[in-house]
Amino acid sequence: MADQAGAQNAASPRTAVVIGGNRIPFARSGGAYAYSSNKDMLIAALDGLVARFGLQGERIGEVAAGAVLKHSRDFNLTREAVLGSALSPETPAYDLQQACATGLETVVGLSNKIKLGQIESGIAGGVDSASDAPIAVSEGLRRVLLDLSRAKTTQQKLKTLATLRPKDLSPSAPTTGEPRTGLSMGEHQALTTAAWEITREAQDELAFRSHRNLAAAYERGFFTDLMTPYRGLTKDANLRADTSLEKLATLKPVFGKSLDAPATMTAGNSTPLTDGAAVVLLGSEEYATANNLPMLANIVDAEAAAVDFVHGDEGLLMAPVHALPRLLERNGLTFEDFDFFEIHEAFAGTVLSSLAAWEDADYCKRVLGLDGALGSIDRAKLNVNGSSLAAGHPFAATGGRIVASLAKTLSEKGGRGLISVCAAGGQGVVAILEARN
Amino acid sequence: MADTYLDLVNTPLPGRIAKALGLPRPSVLRRYSPGETLALDPVLVAGAGAGADALADVLLGWDIEVRRHVLPGEKLSAAVVVLDRAASPADLAAPMLELGQAVRLLVPGGRVIGLLRSSADTTNPAEAAARQGIDGAIRSVAHELRNGATANGIVLRGDATTTDATTLGALRFLLSGRSAYVDGQFIEVTSLPAASAADLAAADTAAGEGVPDQPLTGKTAVVTGAARGIGAKIAEVLARDGARVIVVDVPAAGEQLARVANSVSGTALQLDITAPDAAARILDHAAQRYGGVDIVVHNAGITRDKLLANMDASRWDSVIAVNIASQLRMNEQLLASPVFSGTGRIISLASTSGIAGNRGQSNYAASKAGVIGMVRAQAAAFDGGGRTINAVAPGFIETDMTAKIPPLTRQVARRLSSLQQGGLPVDVAETVAFLASDAAAGINGQVLRVCGQNLVGA
Repeated sequence: MADQAGAQNAASPRTAVVIGGNRIPFARSGGAYAYSSNKDMLIAALDGLVARFGLQGERIGEVAAGAVLKHSRDFNLTREAVLGSALSPETPAYDLQQACATGLETVVGLSNKIKLGQIESGIAGGVDSASDAPIAVSEGLRRVLLDLSRAKTTQQKLKTLATLRPKDLSPSAPTTGEPRTGLSMGEHQALTTAAWEITREAQDELAFRSHRNLAAAYERGFFTDLMTPYRGLTKDANLRADTSLEKLATLKPVFGKSLDAPATMTAGNSTPLTDGAAVVLLGSEEYATANNLPMLANIVDAEAAAVDFVHGDEGLLMAPVHALPRLLERNGLTFEDFDFFEIHEAFAGTVLSSLAAWEDADYCKRVLGLDGALGSIDRAKLNVNGSSLAAGHPFAATGGRIVASLAKTLSEKGGRGLISVCAAGGQGVVAILEARN
Repeated sequence: MADTYLDLVNTPLPGRIAKALGLPRPSVLRRYSPGETLALDPVLVAGAGAGADALADVLLGWDIEVRRHVLPGEKLSAAVVVLDRAASPADLAAPMLELGQAVRLLVPGGRVIGLLRSSADTTNPAEAAARQGIDGAIRSVAHELRNGATANGIVLRGDATTTDATTLGALRFLLSGRSAYVDGQFIEVTSLPAASAADLAAADTAAGEGVPDQPLTGKTAVVTGAARGIGAKIAEVLARDGARVIVVDVPAAGEQLARVANSVSGTALQLDITAPDAAARILDHAAQRYGGVDIVVHNAGITRDKLLANMDASRWDSVIAVNIASQLRMNEQLLASPVFSGTGRIISLASTSGIAGNRGQSNYAASKAGVIGMVRAQAAAFDGGGRTINAVAPGFIETDMTAKIPPLTRQVARRLSSLQQGGLPVDVAETVAFLASDAAAGINGQVLRVCGQNLVGA
């Protein structure tokens, strides 16, 4: 049997399926989860998943998750969360970090292990807290503290302390600024938004639809088996079910104010800083069948890309635009073959810039090396249950949210779905899920 | 929530003061723990006839020391009075007076259990008078008992005998710590049709053999309203007794629900039971994960109290929708589904408010009395097969809900019962678990009160 399986692996990998997901409602930074740590939230997401599928005491093949804003105390964060959860303590775990693509990348990594027969089950996910963000001490203070710990005599200690300067005492808070450019993600996107001439109206319209779609999904109970309330929060705190285009139009721009082009990016069409966690249960078909678990969708394939935003050759958040043609080609698919598109709404401008790029024949030829435009996406198929603009975007938790929601949609409606997640550092990951027949 | 008076009166000095002042002295009740000994001291089986003799033999088989007459000065764990042959009121004197001697000898947490036939099953006036007379006598004894002792009856319907499986199941329940807060109650039992008795015996040997403390082994149970309070405790007790438990509650209570699911190694289903597809979703989940469902506990309930004069439609409607309309709809779908076991059990939570009424609770009482009506009517659809439907009517139970009652009212309400204290959620849960077990197969359409013989609703 073992030999047979080995031979099969060499020929064609097994199928990896999404069994289900769980997340806690996403909170605005400084809100309901202001005093929750990454570990607390990841445990809550895991425990909700365990409760939904009756996995108490079960040894899962592997758990992979991560956080973007991570404390030094969050050493081995995912393994520690497993130990704090109702899962078997014999469940191995590892951390992964790929900025906002963290969650999706954990799904890709674990599903590949399942396909190869290395594991039967896996839990992928991520967590982030912008509220409980780590604050580092200044470089000066850090050096003094380290020297102090090495000093042996009182005299040496006093001498070390004397080198401390008042400016060393101010902490260095984390920023969303890119280390190599110093520009925040929003300012980077503002450059891209302006370059693709995306209008304020188009961005507000996308944000409005995100809120409306998310509210409708709640209304029909879509999230009852995808979400477990936490700390009194039962819905995503960022959701504004009663928002309107008029209200969105009144907001003042916050990014791109120093550009020549008019500033179009507001707090309404940009994702806010958010706290939350999301996890997805993956497995082989054999595992799901043996444990009487549902199979929502197959994980077909994925592709990552990175772009040179440092030298201004491409926008910071445009990497998925590069990854997607490669993924489609490898699988022999076009936009026409998809029924649902999940494009992470880091900013409305990101989604619209990506769509514009794929529709631009010149850009597709020149930059992506295609024969012509990749094509356009039917807006009715885009982010049908709302996305990050309405739900919020706890960086590493976003992939888990999207994969579980899309898999459930596919199990209900059938068809094929495409996921695109951009990430800081000029990276991006795209993936294909398919309904099971 | 803690009954501080009860704690206080069970310490030496305050206990003596309470006694001197003639204040109520509630006892700490004897409650079940797995592996408990049914009776540490001898059990008296009073009464004459073949039924009494046969029952005494069965008790001996349970490794219980049995006495057929009171031995002066000997402590008794329980006194079972078998009166199944009482034909006229004059027949009660000897056994009741012997019982009178026995109650003095009961250990704390002792049990008095009467076995009788139903007055509804005879047209002979003297026989009916005798049978109904026993009912009154046992209820009165229950009021007289102290030290956490209780008195209850088992009513044999039709041709049920003192040693039928269900009679013995009820007897075992009443003798055990599971029935700690059941007092002054009568459980009607019928004999099982041969076919279902055989089915149950087969199921028992297949699943329950070797695990006497886990009578629900191999069963799958659904508990609604399981995120908190009595529902969470029911899930815990069913799991302790061996069942796999699906816990259900509204999505907003999901966090607590997940905690309960993880503590009982069950699965959490976030669901509003008033949704039209609620039963379908429960059945789907049970079918996929466990291959079927054997036990459904309709525990979910809400209160929206107001005097009727101040009652608005939304308060009335929401209580009716959650507490009774949802159950009616779900039962219909359960009965029509092959996923619901042929030996399935439905246990519905009623309330003594539904029996006696309660000021400011006309909507709640309507819903809970409705549950009682539903259970009695639905029993016919279940009768004759292995399926049963019963209700449990809690009285004053120490929960978050009763903790909101003003302090003085709460103190009075606690002392109004024969046990002079409120019950605990576990007391309700134990009764639910008993009705869910195979041992209760011949109990159908009954409303069993878990109220410590509260004066209200008597």
